[in-house]
Amino acid sequence: MAIYTEEMTVNMGPQHPSTHGVLNLKLKTDGEIVHDARPNIGYLHRCAEKIAENVTYPQFIPYTDRMDYVAAMNQNLGYVLGVERLMNVEVPLRAQYIRVIMAELNRIASHLLFMACYALDSGAFTPFLYAFREREMILDLFEATCGARLTYNYIWIGGVSRDLPQGFVDKARQFLDYLSPRVKEYHELFSYNKIFIERTANVGILPKETAIAYGVTGPTLRGSGVRWDLRRDEPYLIYDRFDFDVPVGRGEMGTVGDCWDRYMVRMREIEESAKIVRQALDQYEQLPPGEVRAKVPRALKVPPGEVYMRTEAPRGEIGFYIVSDGGLKPYRVKVRAPSFSNLSVFHEISRGGMIADIVLILGSVDIVLGDIDR
Amino acid sequence: MQELTDTLVRFLPFLQAIPRSLILGTLIIIGATVVLAFLVVVAAVSTYVERKVAGQLQARLGPMRVGWHGLLQFVADPIKLLLKEDIIPSNVDRPLYILAPYIVFCGSFGAFAALPYSTRLRISDLNVGIFYILAVTSLVVIGIIMAGWSSNNKWSLFGAMRSAAQIVSYEIPVALSILVAVAAAGSLNLQEIIQAQAGGVHRWFVFRSPFLFLAFFLYYISSLAEVNRTPFDLPEADSELVAGYHTEYSGLRFAWFFLAEYVDMFLVGAIASALFLGGWNGPIFSGPISGAIMFIGKAYLLVLVMMWIRWTVPRLRVDQLMYMSWKVLTPFSFACVLGQGAWMVL
Repeated sequence: MAIYTEEMTVNMGPQHPSTHGVLNLKLKTDGEIVHDARPNIGYLHRCAEKIAENVTYPQFIPYTDRMDYVAAMNQNLGYVLGVERLMNVEVPLRAQYIRVIMAELNRIASHLLFMACYALDSGAFTPFLYAFREREMILDLFEATCGARLTYNYIWIGGVSRDLPQGFVDKARQFLDYLSPRVKEYHELFSYNKIFIERTANVGILPKETAIAYGVTGPTLRGSGVRWDLRRDEPYLIYDRFDFDVPVGRGEMGTVGDCWDRYMVRMREIEESAKIVRQALDQYEQLPPGEVRAKVPRALKVPPGEVYMRTEAPRGEIGFYIVSDGGLKPYRVKVRAPSFSNLSVFHEISRGGMIADIVLILGSVDIVLGDIDR
Repeated sequence: MQELTDTLVRFLPFLQAIPRSLILGTLIIIGATVVLAFLVVVAAVSTYVERKVAGQLQARLGPMRVGWHGLLQFVADPIKLLLKEDIIPSNVDRPLYILAPYIVFCGSFGAFAALPYSTRLRISDLNVGIFYILAVTSLVVIGIIMAGWSSNNKWSLFGAMRSAAQIVSYEIPVALSILVAVAAAGSLNLQEIIQAQAGGVHRWFVFRSPFLFLAFFLYYISSLAEVNRTPFDLPEADSELVAGYHTEYSGLRFAWFFLAEYVDMFLVGAIASALFLGGWNGPIFSGPISGAIMFIGKAYLLVLVMMWIRWTVPRLRVDQLMYMSWKVLTPFSFACVLGQGAWMVL
């Protein structure tokens, strides 16, 4: 006689210690095995795109900060580059170097946060605090430059709001020298830990074709073996002046495109970003003193037109589609959020896993709800 | 306890008028209270030590404000828990919800009746001491399932189910590794097992045969799972299940679960040191009082290692945990039992 069993529908979130933000996952489980996991978003929606129609172009920059609050510099950058392309502004070289330095430092900080939360999700509490210790140093650098630790409003239309402070280059170099042995420490403590490998290898496998079909970008896509990085393939700013690698997942511990690959891609990207920052600092020091902001009128009017500007944020490709009607305020700003598309593939890769796997797969996709919901 | 009654009656002749059983009963209650007080203090201090150890491992300081270097934190925390509002969610199964913390605590606490702290300091000299301890600690599973089920919360239920599977599965390697030590001593009586290790550090069971050495580690790892500590802390995985089976508990009810965990850790350390590390045959002292201090010291050292492991290692998934129990630890424990038998014969 068969026992009558039912699928259990569980709500994971919106308040949950390990859905990175206010995300609700509707799980249909059979015991521990998950048959379906549907994300239910919108808890952090703050109408940023509608607000864009009612504020001026420079006034929208703080709103971009608050979308992906972990990597705010890159959000600023994407939006500002879009506006500058519409206005055809020539940004001074000094400002371009500063932008690259800030964006890459923010990438390091964002990936450190990813590692910290991923370790926390898998049960190892200690790497969280180590990563935050490193992040503190980056946030100190940011605070010295623009006064804020998390939402910067630093990259402005035409350049950056102010020059780097005295001693920034030395402190940044000190930090980078401090960081490399720390990353090795993380590998020793956590990345190659047998338990961690067992939890993440062969879990949440994202095949190449599925990733491309769903529009997944960033380290999540690179973890599946696709070598696509906007900094290399569609260079913006002055990324073509720097020498860096694009790490991809190679299936070292399991299959290509599993959680471990995505994790490792981000860890390797920390080292690559450190390389870029070092080169940028060296080249920045050689520059003659100059302006850090092009001359733009106070009441900024953008010529009519539309532009889609995409940049490589730590979470993937962030696109700003800006439509201008020639006035002070944008007509429409549509943000193509990387975490939104990355999350859309979640229900495909989490089918058949256990609840513990759900947590780790979600962590490896590395979403920020501010980005998804805007 | 029987000896103590006789001694007391001899020294205080006015007690001869009172029936023996009454004196025995009172002494048992006093003894239980003393042990309870001792355990509560040990558990509370363990919470402070855990936070300090965690802080040191995580490049931070831990509690620093309450008292000098946070030393009074372990007093402040229970006071806070006691003063909290006693919330019972509306749709819980009331009898089970209320009873569960006590059963979990009694499961851990009851085992201390059979532990000898030194030659003279013990509650009862059970001939089946270690067997009794194994049996009593199994009560904890019932309490956990009660807590998870009655909470009317799917996540608590998950935690309880995982925990039940985990604890029951890991009892087998625990029992088998204990069996290795029992075979070496020839008795289930804890006092006799410890006495069989008298005469210096080289006489401790852990150094006496390779199978006992292995059994010590097998016991330690399996009992990490019994106590629900990382890497086996799925039932209370804070990143997955909020707090597992004790999500819906707060205040004093939660305090019972919390204390039960640390008491259980101490129990595991005590059993490990009794069976394998010589019990009260300390490295230097073995007297009636100094032996007890040695015993408690060794038990606590093992507790510190548990804390160390917790803050270093990630967590196992439920199926990996089951795999480890049934396919790794149990066969190894069987091999140890057979090996020890062969070792003793040859």
